[in-house]
Amino acid sequence: MSAANATAAPAKSPAPAVTHRRKSKLGWNLLGLLVVLTAGFPVYWMINTAFKPAKDAIDPDPHFFPSTFTLENFKRALEIADFWGPVLRSLVVSLVVVVIGIAVGLLAALAISRFAFRGRKIVIVGILAVQMVPLVAMIIPVFLLLNDLGQYDRLTGLIITYLTFILPFTVWTLRGFIVNIPKELEEAAMVDGCTRTGAFVRVVFPLLAPGMVATSVYGFIQAWNEYLYALMLMSQQNQTATVWLSNFITKNGTEYAPMMAGSTMMAVPIVILFLLVQRKMAAGLTAGAVKG
Amino acid sequence: MSAADTTTAKLPPVRQSPPSGSAAGGPGKPGKKNGGAGVPWLLLAPCLLVLLLVLGYPLVRLVALSFQKFGQPQLWGFQEAESAGFDNFTKILTDGEFWAVVLRTVIFAAGAVIVTMVLGMMIALLLQRVSGWVKALINIVLVASWGMPIIVATAIFKWLFDADYGVLNWLLSRIPGVDMIGHNWFASGPQGLAVIMLLVVWGAVPFVVITLSAGLTQVPKELEEAARLDGAGAWGVFRFVTLPILKPIIVMLTTLSVIWDMGVFPQVYVMRNGHPEPEFQLLTTYSFDRAFVVNDYGTGSAIALVTVLLLLGVVAVYMRQMLKIGDVE
Repeated sequence: MSAANATAAPAKSPAPAVTHRRKSKLGWNLLGLLVVLTAGFPVYWMINTAFKPAKDAIDPDPHFFPSTFTLENFKRALEIADFWGPVLRSLVVSLVVVVIGIAVGLLAALAISRFAFRGRKIVIVGILAVQMVPLVAMIIPVFLLLNDLGQYDRLTGLIITYLTFILPFTVWTLRGFIVNIPKELEEAAMVDGCTRTGAFVRVVFPLLAPGMVATSVYGFIQAWNEYLYALMLMSQQNQTATVWLSNFITKNGTEYAPMMAGSTMMAVPIVILFLLVQRKMAAGLTAGAVKG
Repeated sequence: MSAADTTTAKLPPVRQSPPSGSAAGGPGKPGKKNGGAGVPWLLLAPCLLVLLLVLGYPLVRLVALSFQKFGQPQLWGFQEAESAGFDNFTKILTDGEFWAVVLRTVIFAAGAVIVTMVLGMMIALLLQRVSGWVKALINIVLVASWGMPIIVATAIFKWLFDADYGVLNWLLSRIPGVDMIGHNWFASGPQGLAVIMLLVVWGAVPFVVITLSAGLTQVPKELEEAARLDGAGAWGVFRFVTLPILKPIIVMLTTLSVIWDMGVFPQVYVMRNGHPEPEFQLLTTYSFDRAFVVNDYGTGSAIALVTVLLLLGVVAVYMRQMLKIGDVE
């Protein structure tokens, strides 16, 4: 069914293209600005709400440009529940997951991109297939498993769990980067007397470094943003950053202005990180998927 | 630059070398240069081991659970889990509510995927036509919404669509004759899910646009021109030149989108304050609900398993595509 959608779906899209010649570039630019306004509005509204007094946020006539600028909401956000504890926990979990993921994933990526061996295809398909398993479907057995192992409410348990999605992703993306490094470079080094390991460390590794950084950062963001496992596998006292955000939702309603301040604090560093690696990442993702 | 050509050419001993089992310990130093069959498996070992532990075991457990009666007593260890045969499955498959949830999930996911792909394609095409500075602006906005943590995005949309103070209701009320102030978007399931779908689409479009844009740069200009000379309009060029070239990317994106959109969880869960009403339940939340709210882990697992099986069909298409690429390799 999806395949049919795939071909049918984009079919409607070139409708604007029909009028191409009649409109000047101005028309396209206006349309583009409309996209910017629509897609960017939620982010703008988050920041806008975060910096205006909570009273203004619930003004029946919303202010699109803040007239008064305040940090009250941020103060409130930091007060509502421990903020730095969850952030620290998220940091630890994400960093450890990424380090393990890169170390283990790099070896595996090398194996499937630089060696020919029996069963290679099965491994590749397996790693792809593993990425397809929806995380949500696994929460019940994972919860029971960690419960049995006494790892409920432990950061180690969460770290182990996060490897389920970080590791296959890392292997697959690194593979994409490695495949793009000409094999001949390695071969030249080996002809000049390098061992295979030596050739890798001296030639491939430096070329792979940017890709590894991008993969790490991307993996870090994914781990940082994970919600369901963090919610289910950690208790209230040990909550991580994403779960922390739900503290603003109480039985008496939601404190939106401080919540937007909290959201800003959580999102801005991540979005900046993301902006930094996105170009490299998009290249790697498509290279891995489209090129062999 | 097919990797396989060079790989196989360079590593002839692979074919003759003994199967992995004995080779794994064997080759050591000499294997380094020639790449015995053991080396790749040795490199893969840690990864496969971790995946087996963190994914293989839970997966097996999931299947086992779905055939068991597993509730609170079993969770606390007071009672051994007992086999329930196909009880869990007959229970859900004969339950009208389950089928309603399946239908809702399929409609939701299909809607989200179609809207995402159409919008994504339109914006990708638009990007080719706008001036440089507009393009830069669009890219920044897209990347910002792509990188936005789902949970934060959900919080923002909750705020935008708030009944009393949401800016959207205010904006809509500016339209003459429309009074949306105080309108509760989440009073009805379809409307609420439409809002959640919008949230999902907002987060999903950037990846589609960026990937499609990369793909569009690969479309040879000469082909488009040739088609135009042959009398094809803009639509014809798109339909007969651009689309076929982009097909592999579109198939990949669609499959990934289906998998992601069938797995939507936090958006619904948080939007409904952790207690989605019956008319908001999707397969994921439904399974979660059965397991952790009703404490029927067996049934919850059965539902999760059915979800995975549903997805398998979709994944099969994707796998075929990937395997084709594997052949080229």
